[in-house]
Amino acid sequence: MSPLDFLTDLFNPDLAFLPKALMVAIMSSLVCGVVGCHVVLRGMAFIGDAVAHAVFPGLAVAFVISGNLVIGGTVAGVLTAILVAIFSQNRRIKEDSVIGVFFVAAFALGIVIISQAPGYAGSLQQFLFGSITGIPTSDLYVVGVTGLVVLAVLLALHKEFVTVSLDRESARALGVRVFWLDLVLYILITLAVVISVQTIGNILVLALLISPAATARLLTDRLGVMMVLAPLIGGLSALIGVYISWSWDLPTGGTIVLVLTAAFLLAWFFAPRQGVLSRVLNRSWRRLDPESGPMPATTTTPEPVAEVAS
Amino acid sequence: MTEAPTTDQSPIAAMASDGSKTKPTMPPATAQSTALQVRDVHVSLAGRPVLTGVNLHVSRGELVGLIGPNGAGKTTLLRTVLGLLQPTSGQVEVEGRAVRPGRVPIGYVPQRHEFAWDFPISVATTVMTGLTGRLGLFRRSQISDWEAVADALERVKLADLADRPVGQLSGGQRQRVLVARALALRPTVLLLDEPFTGLDMPTQDLLADLFQALAHEGRAVLMTTHDILSALDGCDRIALINRKIVAAGDTTELSSDPQAWMDAFEVGPESALMRVLKAA
Repeated sequence: MSPLDFLTDLFNPDLAFLPKALMVAIMSSLVCGVVGCHVVLRGMAFIGDAVAHAVFPGLAVAFVISGNLVIGGTVAGVLTAILVAIFSQNRRIKEDSVIGVFFVAAFALGIVIISQAPGYAGSLQQFLFGSITGIPTSDLYVVGVTGLVVLAVLLALHKEFVTVSLDRESARALGVRVFWLDLVLYILITLAVVISVQTIGNILVLALLISPAATARLLTDRLGVMMVLAPLIGGLSALIGVYISWSWDLPTGGTIVLVLTAAFLLAWFFAPRQGVLSRVLNRSWRRLDPESGPMPATTTTPEPVAEVAS
Repeated sequence: MTEAPTTDQSPIAAMASDGSKTKPTMPPATAQSTALQVRDVHVSLAGRPVLTGVNLHVSRGELVGLIGPNGAGKTTLLRTVLGLLQPTSGQVEVEGRAVRPGRVPIGYVPQRHEFAWDFPISVATTVMTGLTGRLGLFRRSQISDWEAVADALERVKLADLADRPVGQLSGGQRQRVLVARALALRPTVLLLDEPFTGLDMPTQDLLADLFQALAHEGRAVLMTTHDILSALDGCDRIALINRKIVAAGDTTELSSDPQAWMDAFEVGPESALMRVLKAA
């Protein structure tokens, strides 16, 4: 299917679910891309995975009682995040073990709850792997407003998040409220996950958080640039993913994730300075010309001489 | 949060007000006033006593080395001074005020491995994060804050690397970035945790010169170290710690008191430590 046909389908009133799904996919990718920068830079991928699973019981409850999925998922995700934050204060077990206990428990709870609903297998599959049909128009507003709130909080607390990411102990010494900022970040991750779950599914949503940010990190050494690149990569991948899945009748969530993975691999090989290709080229350049030094990016400047001030 | 930034500098401002109008970067070095006072501090971690009655003072203008074996409580003492640990009894005062994180002018330089060097951030922005606590929530940095950052970078001779990503710096440069971040607050008290670990000799020398200069400009500098030679060479005073201060005094005095070192490190007169001390 050519891009033009895709465009025609997008404006076909009989296929009204398609533009809605596309918009939700793009908006959630943008938000996940920005939030994901913090997740990737803090090495919190496991926590992202945990939160993605933790929203499941909330979605299940909302589904069974026909409530709002976004609210249900958020409540469950935030509750689990608070439990993890509290139980992690115990020094004898590490945080990753606490997370391992609670997120599987939450997921298990979700499965038990959703088994109570009629048509259990179909709805389970929809939750796990996402679906582009059946998104109500009201969800467009919910996703949009929630996304804007997430981005606004990230912007407002930017310097605090960066300070904590760099060095928690010094942040505490500076009077920064590390515990509360961690909790806020968990909640933001939860919200980003919840608004993404419908189209991409509970299991695959982790890719929206991690892949665009990881790809952007390969391309830049500037946090500001990374936080612009990541949502761009995410949003573009969502657009391409929806297009491919619509053209070839492939599952949407899976297709978006594969496009994201392709972007990551491209950056891995072709990134301007850190990519595999440029390193190989650089090495062979040096072999050809032994006089030239290594690339500037990998050198460290010599120590400047310090003088004792009199 | 509504506190004006200037109130944090009141001790410095007060000192500067008598006569000459100095920049608040460095307090005058004239007065040997006590900036950091630790009085009979007891600290327990998980029910186990780590510090048992520590008494220590550091005056402006002096570099004090805190030396002791592993587990002697050096880092615990630093964390207590920062207000991150509550002593079970005793007091810590900075400029005569009880410590509260972010409310007293202490600069803290952690061990280098505590910092996320792979974070995509420039040297200047890293130094700016030293002001995050003082700026408060939802406040953006002003021109005066960037001036403080520029001064701090200038002081550690990193101004020409201000835009460099921190991941590309050498070990010695990284240590300087951490010092500059601490200096951005224009503190009167500076705490250095093991600044020499993992650095080669000329780099250690340059840093030791820097720390001495920072102290002699009028700051009270307390440094933990395992590097006894550097400490003997560079510090004005040395405090030997093992759960409490075993001995403290002028470096020359203390280096000729072998019993104090044997007590602090729990070693006999034949140990390598004592031979090194004798040679120094």
